[in-house]
Amino acid sequence: MRKNGPIELIFHTLFILFILAPLVAVCLVSFTDKGYLSMPWNGASFRWFEAILDYPGFIDAFWMSLYLALVSAALATAVAIPAALAIGRYRFPGRDLTTAIFLSPLMIPAVVLGVSFLRFFSQIGIGGTFVGIALAHVIIIMPFTLRLVLASVTGLPRDAEDAAATLGARPWVVFRRITLPLILPGIAGGWLLAFITSFDEVTMTIFVASPETMTLPVRMYHHIAQTIDPLIASISTLLIFMTVALMVALDRLYGLDRVLVGKG
Amino acid sequence: MATAAKLRPYLLSGPGLILFATLLGAPLLLTLMLSFYSFDFTAGIQPGFTIANYVEVLSDSYFHLIFGRTFGIALLVTLFCVLLGVPEAYILSRMANPWKSIFLIVILGPLLISVIVRTLGWALLIGSKGIISETLQALGLVEGPVSLMFTTAGMVLALVHVLIPFMVIAVWASLQKIDPQVEDAALTLGASKATVLRRIVLPQIMPGILSGSLIVFALTASAFATPSIIGGRRLKVVATTTYDEYLNTLNWPLGAAIAILLLVANVIIIMSYNRFIERRYAKVFE
Repeated sequence: MRKNGPIELIFHTLFILFILAPLVAVCLVSFTDKGYLSMPWNGASFRWFEAILDYPGFIDAFWMSLYLALVSAALATAVAIPAALAIGRYRFPGRDLTTAIFLSPLMIPAVVLGVSFLRFFSQIGIGGTFVGIALAHVIIIMPFTLRLVLASVTGLPRDAEDAAATLGARPWVVFRRITLPLILPGIAGGWLLAFITSFDEVTMTIFVASPETMTLPVRMYHHIAQTIDPLIASISTLLIFMTVALMVALDRLYGLDRVLVGKG
Repeated sequence: MATAAKLRPYLLSGPGLILFATLLGAPLLLTLMLSFYSFDFTAGIQPGFTIANYVEVLSDSYFHLIFGRTFGIALLVTLFCVLLGVPEAYILSRMANPWKSIFLIVILGPLLISVIVRTLGWALLIGSKGIISETLQALGLVEGPVSLMFTTAGMVLALVHVLIPFMVIAVWASLQKIDPQVEDAALTLGASKATVLRRIVLPQIMPGILSGSLIVFALTASAFATPSIIGGRRLKVVATTTYDEYLNTLNWPLGAAIAILLLVANVIIIMSYNRFIERRYAKVFE
């Protein structure tokens, strides 16, 4: 009985079509050989992919997003590892509050974070700088990193650590030689999820980026607000393929379903 | 040694907490203060204490319209995500591997693709020169181009697509906890398929549906990129209005008041929802 009937399968097919339709549309339009938005049926080409090279603004923005995601994901992971060890390994007064604080950016609308960072950074004199944007990104990607590292810390039996400590290893040695290698998949998964989240972030970043520090999604947003052309479709197609490649990496490192469904 | 061990969790979480206090606490506090400042188009932002910004937002019918539209759209998107996402999660859970894993990744994977790209896809599909319009015209079903751009329907459509993975995740997670033998037992005892769904499956996945709805509602209410691209200037929502106050009108205090109201509404909805779910479904979470 635990089989899907024809009605269920039709529903499922339509649902999958709905999910894939806009992504397929983006990919198809990007291969047109016309100067305007159209399907590639009457002539396909790579001209709009070649055209990206004539827009240094987008290429600079891509590198900007890449550096930003690398730096902020690394910083967030560096902060998340000790925090996850504290929350996962100790029962201490204020533990629930600590967890709530680290997860709170998930509850705050990105627009509210954006305007708050805008005001704060201009007050302390780092408005529109790379440092400012990177710090803002650390805050918003921290919950994702923490959840994945925490999941691997709580799932870890303490036997090996206890044995090492009994045999005279100092806490730092226990961490570096025993704990760290064991939670490495969680750390790598958390870093990669943070990287992707930072790379894609647009709503908060739009407030804190200056023209010199504009990230790729922000530049794409401003472009789309003006005009929708095959150029933006070809850039989006490259992004889709890049994300799929990262998803495969994430799947190998940690298991994509575990990352997405959020179970440790 | 005992005190050192007691201090260790604080030392470990300390750097993060300091970071969050300075980089999250201080900025939010500044925005709260800013929302009580006044604004003058010639003199700019004037420090002080006035509730004029809140009075303006809460009494002006223009802002009522925007807040009403935002929460109306959030309700519609949540409703459609329940109607489409819940059956899909159930169908998915009854599939055999490898199809189950493949389709789960197809449905959840788009979460990792930039929301700009996904919204662009809908703009390409529903615009007047879009694929849907061209196809309908080619089939002779409509005269002239049809467009859902700059309409509420288009915005809801794109937002459902952007947010439905969250609903599938939530329901999927609660479906995993169901013991399939209970369903089989009910069937053996003569219950119809519909009865099994209504009496056995639905009550058990209700917490998942509710928490999925909460996530979808909160994220729709504060969505920016999709409403901005699909709705444009004509259909403003709270997030795009805040953006305009900050970066076009430059009336930061008023923008700050709108942002604080959005934050407060968000937190109240999440908190009361959590309380409701905990009270009602405390047993399920055990």
